[in-house]
Amino acid sequence: MSDVVLSVEDLTVEYASANGPVRAVDGVSFELSRGEVLGIAGESGCGKSTLAHAITRLLRPPGTITGGTVHFQSDGQAVDVLGLDGEPLRLFRWQKIAMVFQSAMNALNPVLNVRRQLEDVLVDHEPGRSRAWRRARCRELLELVGIDVDRLSAYPHQLSGGMRQRVMIAMALALRPDVIVMDEPTTALDVVVQREILDEINRLREQFGFAVVLITHDLSLLLEISDRIAVMYGGRIVEYGPTGGMLDAPRHPYTVGLTASFPDLRGDRRPLAGIPGSPPDLSQPIEGCSFAPRCGHAFAPCAATAPALRAPATTPSADERMTVACHLYDPAEAPDGPPDALGKSLFNLTEVPQ
Amino acid sequence: MTTLQVRDLVKNFTVRSAGGRTTLTAVDKVSFTLRSGETVALVGESGSGKSTIARILARLTSPSAGEIALDGQPLGTSRRALRGYRSEVQMVFQDPFSSLNPLHSVRYHLRRPLQVHGVAGDRASQEKGVAELLSRVHLGPAETIAARYPHELSGGQRQRIAIARALAPRPRVLLADEPVSMLDVSIRLEILNLIDELKRADDLAVLYITHDLATARYFASTIMVMYKGEIVESGPADDVILRPAHPYTRLLASAAPDPRNRLRRNAAAASVPAVRVSPAGRQDAGSHSGCRFRARCALATDACARRPPDFHAAPDHLVRCWNHAEHDSHATKERI
Repeated sequence: MSDVVLSVEDLTVEYASANGPVRAVDGVSFELSRGEVLGIAGESGCGKSTLAHAITRLLRPPGTITGGTVHFQSDGQAVDVLGLDGEPLRLFRWQKIAMVFQSAMNALNPVLNVRRQLEDVLVDHEPGRSRAWRRARCRELLELVGIDVDRLSAYPHQLSGGMRQRVMIAMALALRPDVIVMDEPTTALDVVVQREILDEINRLREQFGFAVVLITHDLSLLLEISDRIAVMYGGRIVEYGPTGGMLDAPRHPYTVGLTASFPDLRGDRRPLAGIPGSPPDLSQPIEGCSFAPRCGHAFAPCAATAPALRAPATTPSADERMTVACHLYDPAEAPDGPPDALGKSLFNLTEVPQ
Repeated sequence: MTTLQVRDLVKNFTVRSAGGRTTLTAVDKVSFTLRSGETVALVGESGSGKSTIARILARLTSPSAGEIALDGQPLGTSRRALRGYRSEVQMVFQDPFSSLNPLHSVRYHLRRPLQVHGVAGDRASQEKGVAELLSRVHLGPAETIAARYPHELSGGQRQRIAIARALAPRPRVLLADEPVSMLDVSIRLEILNLIDELKRADDLAVLYITHDLATARYFASTIMVMYKGEIVESGPADDVILRPAHPYTRLLASAAPDPRNRLRRNAAAASVPAVRVSPAGRQDAGSHSGCRFRARCALATDACARRPPDFHAAPDHLVRCWNHAEHDSHATKERI
C-alpha cells in the first residue's frame, strides 16, 4: 500500500501482575494509509483498547510495550514512535495522532467548561498565539462538529451524551492530526445519535483527510463504514483485510461466529447461535490457538501451535491482501482446506434496500 | 393462558430544578398485553421510559395512574398480594455485575427465591431445586457452580444465574430489561436464545426491552416502539421493521448499522433522504402539547400541534401519527 501514514510491526504489550506478565497485545502488525478507515473489531478483553493506547503512547504502567515497532510517516520521514521521549513525544501526541476516548462522560473534566478544555490543547501546543486567536479557533472547532457556539461556556454535565462525544471529536481535531484513534466512540450512545456521530466523522474525514482507526465490538458497524478490518481475539489479529472481502467471505471461524452473532435487521430470519463459551482469560497461559476451545472446527494442530497470520492458501487469489490466522487455511496442516461452512457471507447481499 | 394486561399506565416524576418543581411524565398512558408463549419487544432510545415500564410491572415502583391486571385480576396492594404477584412476574436486569450480591454464593441466590416463594421448603428439596435451575440455564456441574461467588463467573454465566433466579418462583411472565447489552457480542445470542428456549418450554409471556431493533425483530412476535413515554407504533415484528409507519421508527431503522448500506453507497444508488434530525430539533420545547416527535420530524405539519391518536397502518399495526389519518378513518384509542 502506498502512502502509509502509520505502520505497526509485531507490537506486543504486557501488563505486570502478581502472577507474572499478562500479554494483552501479542505480535500485532498493521498499516494505516492516509485518509482510510481501519476498523478493529473485538470483544472486551481482546486487547483492542490496549493497542489504541500503545500506538498513541498513552499506555501507562503496569502496561508496557515489550516488543515491536510503531512508525509514523511525517513529512516524508519515518518517526519511531516508541523511541520518542520528552519534548518530541509531547509534540507528537495529539498533533500527529489524537484519540477519542470511549466514555465521553469520564474523559471530559467536569469542573471546566467546554471552552477551557478546548483552549487547554491550544495553549499547550500552539504557544505564542493570541487569546483572540484561540477563542476564534474554539468557536470554529465547535461549529465543525455541529454544536452551537454558545455551548462553549457549558459544562460537560449540561451536554447530552452525543454532544459530549462531539466535543471530544472537536478536541481531537484541534491540532489537525493525521490520524485519529477512536476507541468505541459511539458505544454508550443511542442508534440515532450513533448514526449522526458516524456521519459527522465521515464528513470531517472527507474535509480534512485524516485517517481513522475505529475500534468497536460492533462488527456490523465496521462492515458498513471501514475500508479495512482487523479482527482481534485474545490479543492477536486473527483476520485482516479489505472490508469487501470480509463481507463476502469471512474466513476465520471467529469472524464467521461474530457475523452469526448479529441478527440481520431486514434480511430473512436465519437460525443464529452466537459463539459458545467465553473469551479467553489472558492471565492464564494459552497453548495453541486461543480460539480453539470455542471453535467448532478445531482439529489437532489447533491445540499445539498458535497459527500465524497468512494469506489463505486454499482460496483463489481473488484477494491476496486478505490474511487469516487459522490452521484450516494452512495446506500443510489441512490438505482438504477449510470446511464449507467457512468463507461464506452470512449476509444476504444481493438484496439492496431502497 | 396467562395474560398481563396494562391499561393507561402513567408514571410521573417530580423534578426539582432551578426554576422550581416540574413534573416529568416518563410513561404516558401506555397500554399493552403480554400473553403466554409470546415475546413482546419494547424498543426506544434511552430516556424513552421503557425501563420505567419494566420497573412498574415488576412492582419495584408504583404507577401514578393506570391498571395492571394479571389474568383479569387487578393488582392488590397488600404484602401478600404483592408477593403472589411477584412469584408470577419476574425480572432479569440489565447488569449482571450489579444485580447479583457479591457476598453471596450462587447457591444462596437461587435458594432464597425457592424459600421465599414457598417452592421448596426443606433443605434437600431446595438443593434439588438449585440443581434443576442450573441445568435449565445450561450451567454445570451444579455442585461446582452453586458454590461459586459472582466474581468467579463470567458475564454470560452471571446473566444465566440471574435468569435462573428469575425462574425460581416458576413465574409466568418474564421481564427482561436489556438483558444482553452489558455482555460481549459473541455471547449475547446465546443468552437471548436461552430466554427464547425457556419461553417455549414454560409458555412464558416475555417482555423484551432493548434498543436493538435487529434482536427485537429476531426474538419478538410483536414490537412496540416507545418515544418520550408514549408507544408511537406497535404491530407484528416484521411489519414494524420492514414497513415502519411512524417517522421515528423509520429514523431508528435507518440509523441501525447495516452492512448493506455500504453496497448502497458503493452502488451509488439514489441517495436515501434519511429522516434528518437537526440538533436544534432535539430541544424538548413543546413536548407536552401535540405530537412529541414533531420537533424532530421532517413530515411535521400544522396538524401535529394536536396530539395524534392511534391510527391503523394495517389491521394489527397501530401508529400514533397524523400522517396516517387519511389511510384510516376509524381513529381508535384502543390498544389490543
